[in-house]
Amino acid sequence: MGGKHYLPLTDEDRREMLKKIGVNSIEDLFSDIPEEVRLTKDLDLPPAMSELEAVKHLNSLAAKNRHLNNCTSFMGAGVYDHFIPSLIKHVIGRSEFYTSYTPYQAEISQGILQAIFEYQTMICQLTGMEVANASMYDGSTAVAEGAIMGCGATRRSKALVSLSVSPFYRAVLQNYFNSRGLELEEIPLKDGYTDFSKLEEMLDDKVASVVLQQPNFFGLIEDLDGVADTIHNHKALLVVSTDPLSLPLLKAPADYGADIVVGEGQGMGIPPSFGGPLLGIMATRQKYVRQLPGRISGQTIDSEGNRGFVMTMQTREQHIRREKATSNICTNEALVALAAAVYMAAMGPQGMREVAGQCLQKAAYAREKITAVDGFEAAFSGPSFKEFAVKVPGKPEELNQKLLQKDILGGVDISPFYPELENTMLFAVTEKRTREEIDTLVRELEGWK
Amino acid sequence: MRKQKALLFEMGRAGRCGYSLPSNDVPEKSLSELLPKNVQREEQLELPELSEVEVIRHFTELSTRNFGVDTGFYPLGSCTMKYNPKVNEEVAALPGFTHMHPCQPEHTVQGALELYYNMEQHLKEVTGMDRFTMQPAAGAHGELTGLMVIQAYHRHRGDHQRNKVLVPVTAHGTNPATVTMAGYEVVQIPADERGNVDLEALKEAVDETTSALMLTNPSTLGLFEEEILDIAKVVHEAGGLLYYDGANLNAIMGYVRPGDMGFDVVHLNLHKTFSTPHGGGGPGTGPVGVKERLIPFLPKPLVDKKDDQFYFDYDLPNSIGKVQSFYGNFGVVVKAYNYVCMMGADGLKQASTDAVLNSNYLATLLQDNYYIPYDRIRKHEFVVSAKPEKKKGASAADIAKALLDRGFHPPTVYFPLIVDEALMTEPNDTESKETLDAYARAMEEIARAIDEDAEKVAAGPYYTVVGRLDEVRAVRNPILRWQKE
Repeated sequence: MGGKHYLPLTDEDRREMLKKIGVNSIEDLFSDIPEEVRLTKDLDLPPAMSELEAVKHLNSLAAKNRHLNNCTSFMGAGVYDHFIPSLIKHVIGRSEFYTSYTPYQAEISQGILQAIFEYQTMICQLTGMEVANASMYDGSTAVAEGAIMGCGATRRSKALVSLSVSPFYRAVLQNYFNSRGLELEEIPLKDGYTDFSKLEEMLDDKVASVVLQQPNFFGLIEDLDGVADTIHNHKALLVVSTDPLSLPLLKAPADYGADIVVGEGQGMGIPPSFGGPLLGIMATRQKYVRQLPGRISGQTIDSEGNRGFVMTMQTREQHIRREKATSNICTNEALVALAAAVYMAAMGPQGMREVAGQCLQKAAYAREKITAVDGFEAAFSGPSFKEFAVKVPGKPEELNQKLLQKDILGGVDISPFYPELENTMLFAVTEKRTREEIDTLVRELEGWK
Repeated sequence: MRKQKALLFEMGRAGRCGYSLPSNDVPEKSLSELLPKNVQREEQLELPELSEVEVIRHFTELSTRNFGVDTGFYPLGSCTMKYNPKVNEEVAALPGFTHMHPCQPEHTVQGALELYYNMEQHLKEVTGMDRFTMQPAAGAHGELTGLMVIQAYHRHRGDHQRNKVLVPVTAHGTNPATVTMAGYEVVQIPADERGNVDLEALKEAVDETTSALMLTNPSTLGLFEEEILDIAKVVHEAGGLLYYDGANLNAIMGYVRPGDMGFDVVHLNLHKTFSTPHGGGGPGTGPVGVKERLIPFLPKPLVDKKDDQFYFDYDLPNSIGKVQSFYGNFGVVVKAYNYVCMMGADGLKQASTDAVLNSNYLATLLQDNYYIPYDRIRKHEFVVSAKPEKKKGASAADIAKALLDRGFHPPTVYFPLIVDEALMTEPNDTESKETLDAYARAMEEIARAIDEDAEKVAAGPYYTVVGRLDEVRAVRNPILRWQKE
């Protein structure tokens, strides 16, 4: 039988236990299942594997994949190849952390509760916000929940989202809004940026949330000075999706008037994992804390006056408020938030700034070199952070195929999301890329077509 | 002596760091050349400054202040805290799984797609459903996805008046919250005296506005809905669909399948039934399975196979769209897949057998000292009511704290709501008889301690790293981040 080593009961145990219960057989324990629906056959699954065989099988599957450790990656679009310090896996590999559940019993969960409190603090330090939750599933669901939170806080039912917000996020946002019967309108683009003159026209007293992204999907830095005032004049809220690794250099969202900050935290010590698990970041101002979804760790004292931590403000949550909760989220991405906390603690202000600075410098170098190649044109002008869009002279798919032969994962083809941007690719350059790797990419581009 | 633990922000020194990076090897430009002044950060970033050893010691100490399945017995009801096999962690950490970018060309991720494909076949077989999506990141996310699919199905048929979802009183708190998220109205269905869904009340409640009934079977009382076929008939005849909350699937694998009971949509919790660790609150994964007629509405893409090549199928014109940026928590699915490979059909059935046997055995032992309502055969969990103990001066929460002092994680307290002073207890398949015997002895000891001095019990816990924490204070005087004095 499979999995014997995980099932400690012996046949002798089972006999004794049945006797104690007062039934004759195992079947008696399942007699409450109506006979008509009982399964009369064995489940048709492959024969059970031993640990050795399973490891071999999983290794063979993993070996069929190319990955960022055997390729040089210029892929981004929300998930990036950043450096992951070794200590992270040792911390999240502590099984007291990873084998625990949501910390319902605070007195034996001080480890995760304090770590989440520290994570919340550091997210606030990065964003300038006053309160952060313990995480959302990913950037896309954080965006959707942020927009919905704006509806709750303003008691309105409409959101505006810029087309410069990731299409991956907008898809989820659209779906959440469709289902709930909320209205969503798209703010058009102007040369790769949000068209803020259109935003002014679109704002009315029905709009609850305006969703922007900084840096935007094309890697460009939006000029957000004064935008929050325009939005606040209509009593709507500014929801900003951001890349936390850009924040050591870029203005904190609080400083340009954001009300809700969301984003994808994968860059902070979390592997890309084929797109999951990721880390949804969510933070806001103190005055909106009652509309914030998700778990929050708060400080308190114990019976002897010692500092301790508990899950708090739970009257927002599903297990207490049921249908009146701010969200249905229950399980989140706590262990991933822990990884991000370890990352921020180890990097510190200096390391975070160093990472952001190298991304900025290396991406600028690559952008200059790539767009100097014949036929490769910058899709947009203006400052960018760690990625940039390029119009290429041919099919992106064919270019990536050629690059792969040199063990390079090229840019992400964004034409499917923006039909007006034909043959356009997004190249991401993180601190991990070297000048030599960038130069190699450029040489390959020169030899194409 | 209890000692509070310093925060990261109270440690370290300016100038210390815990990282090492190569130096920048491209020609450096000035910051002002690359970023306009008005978008640059104004204030110095405030983060702790620590060496690597300080970071490691800090988090290692924190880990010792945490209780996991590896620490001890964890009978948290409806959470299925079974052992998380170590080998799952090892295979999931292979760079061929952890370091794939989600936008890589399909031919470079064939192993990942094959794994998704195989896992879908296995889940279909275990549940009797026709197709699965792995996109939802958690159980509640699966619920939302499931309701979106149901909504799309009704809308597609032009059936627009179905604006209500029925939820039994024994349902998880996520169910009614999900109903609201999906824009529906909740109609609560009471339980009958045997703990089943009240069939007569259900018949009263269904009509042409019924979109679906969300049901957990076995329920949070650990009881199998004996009238499930009648329930399905009532809902289907009214034109509604039947939603299966798979949080309690660990009770029935190999014995009965949601798909055969009449369910149209199910979500599973891979972090419960399929052994993946819960990570102190996540990540989980909540795959959603549906019957044939609902397949067109599943999130896209689905994973398919043609001539031995695996691919993403985006050609689903009636799909609800997406519920996550990419394809779900792949890293979690790898662990669950490895578990299914190792358990096989007989192993999974034995897991359910032992989960149910352990539950009935432990309930029998506890019945000597505690009141357990709904006296019938149980599935994987049962609910103790501490109402009599509460009268003596010790509540369900106090019993929970007394268990902490005896080295056990307590059951889920105050849930389900229909049992006063509930202690929802789920001893799963990976626990030995000796562990259950020890837990029963501890509970007996607590019962005696309450008889002797309930006040003393209510003042616990005594041996944890912190004493009873003041939750009311945390709400009244919210401190949700550390701030400089």
